[in-house]
Amino acid sequence: MSAPAIPSTEPASAPAAPPPVETLTVKVNGKTLQVPKTMPDWQGKPQATTMLQAARCAGVDIPHYCYHDKLPVAGNCRMCLVEFGTPMMGPDRKPVLNEDGSPKIAKSVLPYEPGTPRGAIACATPISPGMEIYADSPATKQMREAVLESLLINHPLDCPICDQAGECKLQEYSVQHGQAGSRFVEAKVHKPKAVDLGPRIVLDDERCILCTRCIRFTKDIVGDDALGIVNRGSYNTIAAWKEGAFDNNYTLNTVDLCPVGALTSKDFRFKMRVWFLKETKSVCTSCGTGCSITIGSREGAIQRYEPRENDAVNGPWMCDSGRLNYQWVGRGDRLKDVRVGGLRSTWTAALKEVSAKLASAPQGSVAIIASARQTTEELFLLKKLADKLGARTASVARIGEADKLLVAADKNPNTNGARLNGFAAADLSKVAAGIAAGSIKTLIVFGEDVTKHGIGSDLLAKLETLVVSDILPNATTAAATHLLPGAAHAEKRGTFVNVKGRLQKFIKAVEAPGDARAEWEFLHDIVLGVTGQDGFVSIEGLFNQMAKEVPAFAGLEWSKVGDTGVNVPL
Amino acid sequence: MPEQFKLILKHVDAPGYTPDIECYMRHGGYEALKLALATAPRDLPDGKKLTPKEVVREDVKASGLRGRGGAGFSAGLKWSFVDRRSGKPIYLICNADESEPGTFKDRQIIHKDPHQLIEGMIISCWANDVKLAYIYIRGEMPRGAKLLEQALAEAREKGFLGKDILGSGNDLEIYVHRGAGAYICGEETGLIESLEGKRAYPRIKPPYFPAVLGLYMCPTIVNNVETLCHVKHIVTMGAANYAKLGTPNNTGTRIVSLSGDVQRPGYYEIEVGKVTIGELINDPDFGGGLRPGRSLKAVIPGGSSSKVLKAGEVFKLNRKGADGQMTKVDVPLLDLPYDFDSLQQAGTMSGSSAIIVLDDSRSMVDTLANLSEFYAHESCGQCTPCREGALWLAKGLHRLSHGEGRKEDAAYLSHIAQNIQGRTICAFGEAASWPVLSFVKKFRDEFEAKGAADEEARAKATGPAHGTRTAASSNQH
Repeated sequence: MSAPAIPSTEPASAPAAPPPVETLTVKVNGKTLQVPKTMPDWQGKPQATTMLQAARCAGVDIPHYCYHDKLPVAGNCRMCLVEFGTPMMGPDRKPVLNEDGSPKIAKSVLPYEPGTPRGAIACATPISPGMEIYADSPATKQMREAVLESLLINHPLDCPICDQAGECKLQEYSVQHGQAGSRFVEAKVHKPKAVDLGPRIVLDDERCILCTRCIRFTKDIVGDDALGIVNRGSYNTIAAWKEGAFDNNYTLNTVDLCPVGALTSKDFRFKMRVWFLKETKSVCTSCGTGCSITIGSREGAIQRYEPRENDAVNGPWMCDSGRLNYQWVGRGDRLKDVRVGGLRSTWTAALKEVSAKLASAPQGSVAIIASARQTTEELFLLKKLADKLGARTASVARIGEADKLLVAADKNPNTNGARLNGFAAADLSKVAAGIAAGSIKTLIVFGEDVTKHGIGSDLLAKLETLVVSDILPNATTAAATHLLPGAAHAEKRGTFVNVKGRLQKFIKAVEAPGDARAEWEFLHDIVLGVTGQDGFVSIEGLFNQMAKEVPAFAGLEWSKVGDTGVNVPL
Repeated sequence: MPEQFKLILKHVDAPGYTPDIECYMRHGGYEALKLALATAPRDLPDGKKLTPKEVVREDVKASGLRGRGGAGFSAGLKWSFVDRRSGKPIYLICNADESEPGTFKDRQIIHKDPHQLIEGMIISCWANDVKLAYIYIRGEMPRGAKLLEQALAEAREKGFLGKDILGSGNDLEIYVHRGAGAYICGEETGLIESLEGKRAYPRIKPPYFPAVLGLYMCPTIVNNVETLCHVKHIVTMGAANYAKLGTPNNTGTRIVSLSGDVQRPGYYEIEVGKVTIGELINDPDFGGGLRPGRSLKAVIPGGSSSKVLKAGEVFKLNRKGADGQMTKVDVPLLDLPYDFDSLQQAGTMSGSSAIIVLDDSRSMVDTLANLSEFYAHESCGQCTPCREGALWLAKGLHRLSHGEGRKEDAAYLSHIAQNIQGRTICAFGEAASWPVLSFVKKFRDEFEAKGAADEEARAKATGPAHGTRTAASSNQH
């Protein structure tokens, strides 16, 4: 969890001066600081600042398991217990002062045992004026050690075969705050293993520390009352109301939320030690929401997607369908070869031929089917081509169902990027009519199987030139005179503009297979060949050029678009 | 001679006294309610005026009534914390989840004089503007629940409940809710969760203080059965007269549940602080002494979770001398007045006023193993220290009481218990750890001797070449 005070990347328009923040003075580990009197709670509503938040303001991270910024506070793990003190009050309700004039601090102690420090849970205890938080005092450290010892007595300690190893809070806190030994000499509690919680989730109850993050997320964020706790005391176990019933479209977030290896993803389970993964910042392409994601890959193969926290888009979550929609990137039947007239060719030869044909095509004889699954930069280049050729353009809309949390009805990731570049969603009937009438002789198709959208194989056969760029084979790619294999988003850099106008950039995680190339690269070559325009051989240069030419992106620079993106006017 | 003072139990067990409303009314029942409803507004010296409801609330505060459930907190003060400006309804819950081991007082009222409780509740609800109240009764008391349902129906029939109570313009409905068998449901926020239909996980405080964010996040009063009964008598007697019962700051009467190794176990109502522990154990009108030939070993003074007191212990108590000055006085265990403050000063508590007497035939190891098993079974498991620690203690004690002990087990058990108390969401952490801490502290020799004997027996059985079974694995998680 990062400090909440990080300024978000908002557009350059001058924000109104923020109202003065009411503050309190507290001391964290001896350091005096002012902290806001209220800070956002899990729903973003201002609430009395907690000790945990105040400590963060001081740069002190108080360890915790059950607490999560975006979930209701539970206070059950007790890992964030800290010793604290408050100014001592005299009978006149005035602070008692030390000889040097500083306020005398009464340390919190057990009411029935005044010699023993009493901790408070930092996650739920509001600060008060003059409060002192001792986040690294011997008493605080002892409380943490005790909690960790308790959490481990019945834990199976099976890190070597646990998927969470390497990103496990139990491991991390044990190293940072735990003790090497345990006094436990009794028999451990045994609980169910490999419980089939739902179609995508497996639960190991022995690893579970019962923090209830999964229950709270599922109930309070998703609105699904599928999970709960059964049994009592040390025998408590997480369970779905019916075996296998944990089946909403957000179940895999509980795997991210689970601080230990109790909840695992059936998809990722036993696949990879996490420390082998290369992490790349990217964007999910499954719908117009464009959740920020981290792609975990190893040696050119994608292993998993995880949501990347972005309050402007997806918060810390993403849907299961988007998360699991990565296998196609590594499919064996990916288009790998450049083909001209059905025969394998080279980029040099094919692009030369395509450029020459387009350059000599009469105005109005070319149509371009763009895709709202292409990157904003690619669409910018394609628009240049369309303008030069006087081409008719169209783009296929994909409308499905939305949900209340993240999934958008628009199933294209970059509808707004296409629209801002001048490609409106339109059905392909006019293009089909043009081909039928013989006025359109050249068709350029990016990322669509047009045979499924009203331009059948019979019409495609009438064309003189059919330039197709795609990733996977289909009836349109089979009919192409010039087939240009493209790259998935994970194999290139670029930007998408989501349904709300958030422009986000994504970074290349893996290499495209075979001869496949990022579309913006070869589009650049075609644009150069047809229009003579040059100067954007890098994605940075291309983006910055687009920002100069397209009003919606005015003032943007690739290097200044942060990890969470920027808002653009729609 | 110490005597019982029967205020709450006045009619209970009296020949011919039945739990129906006719009998109750023949004995002056529901007169206190009429008296309360007729309370006159009161002018204060500073010119302020108290409404009739405020008068009753003030009287409860002035009576010095302290909660009879376990914590002994001022009932009037508890009422004064209620958020009356939220605009939300105020609820009152009668905590009838009596389940502290050794405690069997509330069930006498419920089974034998249910209308006394209901009258106390109606007055308390009226005084606090409560329109809806619940009796959360322990699931193991099905007959009590039935009796209460019947009593409520009778009260409704007579116009003491429902709309426009006795023409006063006040409405009240009371429902009986049966628990499903968990000790933790007696913890007031756990009780509230349970009443809301959820798992009885106690709530974190802050922010969920019942007086502000209680049942359905509305201001809520949770009072024990006996406490609510006392409200009736405060109204009848007047706060000042009531406060004359008992001793200063420990006013009124209290029903003591006496069990264990005494000749006459049972429930006895006493003026708080007017009877000593020794009298409760030995007086022929109370416990009647130990069994012949036995001597006192220990007293668990306030329900099984209170810290044990050892026979022969002498406590330093604050006493106000004739000159008004506080002095420390030595008070032996048997001379300890049975009240809230004296027991607190003796390092324990009067809790639910359940005294469990242990004589010299009892093994403290076995007794503690039994208690700890209860707390391991009843830990709700919500928060880490109690969930893991309660069972850990029970397992260690089971081992020690079953011939697998070690010399270091006394320290081992204290260490575990120290890591529970004061670190949990609710007071169950104390309930689970206090018996262990006090038993081991006060009877350390017995625990160490048991561990040593077990080690010796094992060494004999396996020969000196072998270490103890447990020592080899004691350095790993």
